[in-house]
Amino acid sequence: MEPAKKAPPATPSPAPSVITGSEILWDTLVHLGVETVFGYPGGAIMPAYDAMIKYPLHHVLVRHEQGAAHMADGYARVSGKVGVCVATSGPGATNLVTGIANAMMDSIPMVAITGQVPGGLIGSDAFQETDITGVTLPITKHNILVTRPEDISQALKEAFYIAKSGRPGPVVVDITKDAQQKSCLYAYDPSPVVLPGYRPERQVAQGEIERAIAMIAEAERPVIFCGHGVIWAGATKLLLELVEKTGIPVACTLLGLGGFPASHSHALGMMGMHGEAWVNKAIQESDLVIAIGMRFDDRVTGNLKTYTPHAKKIHIELDPAEINKNVKVDLPLVGDACEILSQLVPNVRRGKIDPWLRRIADLRGDTAVIDIKDLPDNGKLYAAHVIMDLWKLTDGKAIIVTDVGQHQMWETQYYKHDYDRRLVTSGGLGTMGFALPAAIGAKFADPKAEVWVIAGDGGFQMTAAELSTIAQENLNIKVAIINNGFLGMVRQWQQFFYGGRYVATPMRSPDFVKLADAHGLMGLRATNRQEVAEVVAKARAHEGTVVIDFRVVQEDSVYPMVPSGADLHDMIRRPSGEAAPADAAGTAHNPIFETGEDE
Amino acid sequence: MFAPPSAPVLRTFVAYVEDKPGVLNRIASLFRRRNYNIVSLNVGRTHEPGISRMTFQVEADRDMALRIEANLYKMVNVLSIEDLTEAQRVVRDLALIKVLIAPERRREVLDLVQIFRARAVDVSPETMTVEVTGDQGKIEGLVASLRPFGIVEMVQSGTVAMSRGSQGEAARAAHGARAPVSHVA
Repeated sequence: MEPAKKAPPATPSPAPSVITGSEILWDTLVHLGVETVFGYPGGAIMPAYDAMIKYPLHHVLVRHEQGAAHMADGYARVSGKVGVCVATSGPGATNLVTGIANAMMDSIPMVAITGQVPGGLIGSDAFQETDITGVTLPITKHNILVTRPEDISQALKEAFYIAKSGRPGPVVVDITKDAQQKSCLYAYDPSPVVLPGYRPERQVAQGEIERAIAMIAEAERPVIFCGHGVIWAGATKLLLELVEKTGIPVACTLLGLGGFPASHSHALGMMGMHGEAWVNKAIQESDLVIAIGMRFDDRVTGNLKTYTPHAKKIHIELDPAEINKNVKVDLPLVGDACEILSQLVPNVRRGKIDPWLRRIADLRGDTAVIDIKDLPDNGKLYAAHVIMDLWKLTDGKAIIVTDVGQHQMWETQYYKHDYDRRLVTSGGLGTMGFALPAAIGAKFADPKAEVWVIAGDGGFQMTAAELSTIAQENLNIKVAIINNGFLGMVRQWQQFFYGGRYVATPMRSPDFVKLADAHGLMGLRATNRQEVAEVVAKARAHEGTVVIDFRVVQEDSVYPMVPSGADLHDMIRRPSGEAAPADAAGTAHNPIFETGEDE
Repeated sequence: MFAPPSAPVLRTFVAYVEDKPGVLNRIASLFRRRNYNIVSLNVGRTHEPGISRMTFQVEADRDMALRIEANLYKMVNVLSIEDLTEAQRVVRDLALIKVLIAPERRREVLDLVQIFRARAVDVSPETMTVEVTGDQGKIEGLVASLRPFGIVEMVQSGTVAMSRGSQGEAARAAHGARAPVSHVA
């Protein structure tokens, strides 16, 4: 590249000037529309940090680089834009790894910028040297090592383009310290990125669309699967039109929740391991599955041999590598969900599905009677109550950022999402510690939104240090800790599948109210259902972050549950009449939990 | 279909890749991560600067082959990919085989070399090196024939393949994709 030889384009963009690689870095990010970056400085990225103050960017200082990656992730999920995190070489970069892997599994557009030791030292085991492009090779959509200032701008443009286009994903740009320090002639080049080997777009043949229309017309028991891809394609309206026209009910994957309004009469709810019984039963009885932007994850299918035995399958999917990966499909439509749906919707017609809709209504009725939310108040506080009440009190409109575990599944069951990009949750990787930092990212993406973290006592503690970031940034985030004194989901598996041996799952936590107080934040506690509305109202009235310790029943389980690898219709159901069997029997409470508090 | 979908067969792919550092590592990493077992892999430059061509062979059924293609297609540095397994194609391997042989018995080896249309490329007082080009079966045949003399060293290039007839699909896509975007300044 010899930019000096080229005459500047006849556009209002500034004349080329000699600036440092660090300045090029930030100037390019500003041109790419970046406003907020999440990061942590260190030796190999210091030149870049030094130049940052000259540019209109807000930098959020995290407490651990994993938090930076999750913040960029949460920011991307809510805004639909590329999230950016920054770290130094070596440990800074490796601390990002969990967050990058999380973004990869959930197809989140993220650009992670890392400092690298000077080019001449690469390979010498220099201080804080890690081959981060090597480390992140299998967990990024792409990664780039930059060793010259001339290449920084182009690398970042490519990274943003690759991260956001097609099936989104994380891209790492690793920039050597000397590339940041050296100068070269630079003017931002606004021309679009051309990558000869990267062609994310595909065309669907007309004949295939007609076949899909015929399959939909003939089906008597069809279901639509709404996956994460519906949201990223911006196809939620088209999906709604498809349903209005065909009357076909919709089941969502975990990450597809909000892609179709939960309060719609044709919304079934979430499918899979902790999907409601009627959803999984309907799926197993269906004769046509129209799967949109989802990948038939094992948590969704259960035993593949007995999965949807009667159903033909249409798979609308952007990534050809997902076709026939887990489930054989009859008609793959590879391409953008918006384009495919806009060809389908005008031409589809409603089949003879009324008996099927009546059947689904019957299935729903069967489950409601043993649902915990319909049981009389027995004086105990259930996580389901907390989430149910939170849904009502926030009018279903808050951005909910969950961690991973029981509370996450209860969230999917009791907080009904009518809007997309309002549920932020770690799906594919199941990363504990995700919620608190991701909520910070979510808040920056939509500062006016009411943001609630729902986390367990275990996951919250994994990244609890980010409370300090929240305090420093003066953010208004409400944190609901569903505190049961256990690593609840593991405990549940121990109860069901490991003879009730609670090995390494009872967990002592700090006093979360005092912890909040130590950060200069408000802390509240609720121990019965009456108090829920009270503390939620108090928290919502407070202009600032509030941490609420919800002391819930310790040994409640998430029902229904399809055991790992079992048939999808083979569910463990909540024992009828008893809210929580282990609790009712009065067995083995976690003694640590009992002594951990003064009540 | 000739092969039932579950029967893995040796499949031959060609891929055009950008000639950049680390590209081979990316591809190898993909194979490892997705649990594809590479039987043979060859990479070399093409007539066009900046473009390398790979030939690789994998044991895979038809579905897996499609996913291998799709996963490679997704890689930013992969320009094009084609499965040649069911195409009319030329498949070749090159081997160098060094045989321990006394000067008075060289004639016996040279006779074998002629039968296999191989050639002797180096001799020393104790050894003779034979170069052979062909498919895997031919190379294995020559190796079996030379084994009684005592093979001391052997190397194979890895299989290379090309479709017969007009320009292959992958070649067209790769060289076409690299054509200058605009000729007008």
